[in-house]
Amino acid sequence: MERRAALFEYLLRLGDSCLVLGHRVSEWCGHAPELEEDIALANVALDLTGQADMLLGYAARIEGKGRDADALAFLRDAWDFRNLLLCERANGDFAHTIVRQFLFDAWQAELYAALARSTDAGLAGIAAKGVKEAQYHLRHSGEWVVRLGDGTDESHARAQAALDEFWPFTGEMFETDAVATELIAAGIAPDMTPVEAAWMRTVDDVLAQATLARPKSGWMQTGGSKGRHGEELGHLLATMQFLPRAYPGAKW
Amino acid sequence: MTTENRADWPLYEVFVRSRNGLAHRHVGSLHAIDGTMAVEMARDVYCRRAEGVSVWVVPSASIVASDPAQKESMFEPMVSKVYRHPTFYEIPPDVKNI
Repeated sequence: MERRAALFEYLLRLGDSCLVLGHRVSEWCGHAPELEEDIALANVALDLTGQADMLLGYAARIEGKGRDADALAFLRDAWDFRNLLLCERANGDFAHTIVRQFLFDAWQAELYAALARSTDAGLAGIAAKGVKEAQYHLRHSGEWVVRLGDGTDESHARAQAALDEFWPFTGEMFETDAVATELIAAGIAPDMTPVEAAWMRTVDDVLAQATLARPKSGWMQTGGSKGRHGEELGHLLATMQFLPRAYPGAKW
Repeated sequence: MTTENRADWPLYEVFVRSRNGLAHRHVGSLHAIDGTMAVEMARDVYCRRAEGVSVWVVPSASIVASDPAQKESMFEPMVSKVYRHPTFYEIPPDVKNI
């Protein structure tokens, strides 16, 4: 695969995952169980949306066809999105939101740390900025996982149920296809084997504190990076893209 | 938002140091599940516009406060003792910022 096309595709994967998860988390705004957590979740959502803006903006420049971050975010349909399936899953209860966030944050923090050493200066710069946010998100979601898992019987049961449900979505985070192989060879993207090992150490450490059981890694979901998504992404995009599609070029 | 479980979350007073060299200043309070989470919540509630370099949280229940009913005996005797203010000195013209 041509390297420029591979980089564009790779940036879409990173950017779309941030954008879609950022939108999901923003759905808690005004609905979180506590005022303080409402603000914390909104901050996480804003951080992710900001990262999406940088990643998609860079993707658009790499593509060089006159699109910008907004065009990529708001004027593509579900099959053009390259986000992890994990990111589009519905919020569910608070435990689902937190466990989903934790699995993602632990991955993103490791990935950004590795990407900060990318031979591609643009990507390295975005990752170096994002890694501090990712590490904070991980601390926040990780602390919550411990408290939910090691909390009441009900919070433990809900956290374990969320973990069992989302575990099959974690395999996608470490897939290495032709796009990744091309970029790994060029030193642009990192080898995912050490990233996965570090991710697993973080997950195991937090789950042990949380008295939660790591599910068996069996069959894993796949398809996000190829544009094969669940129905939920379409509903999310309908909400997220409504305004710029109904009022093209709207400014506020 | 539900409020019935707020009673389960203790109240914390939040202190933020805006720059190195300055003292921590009381900025407000928040509810959190424990001290560690209170620091994180404080980061998002009180430091999201880069207000600080250090955060303290203290359980509000740990603060021993003066009794407003004793305000007169606590504070009024000082009101008439203006000579305790360092305002009776000639400040040399070269000394600034006093």
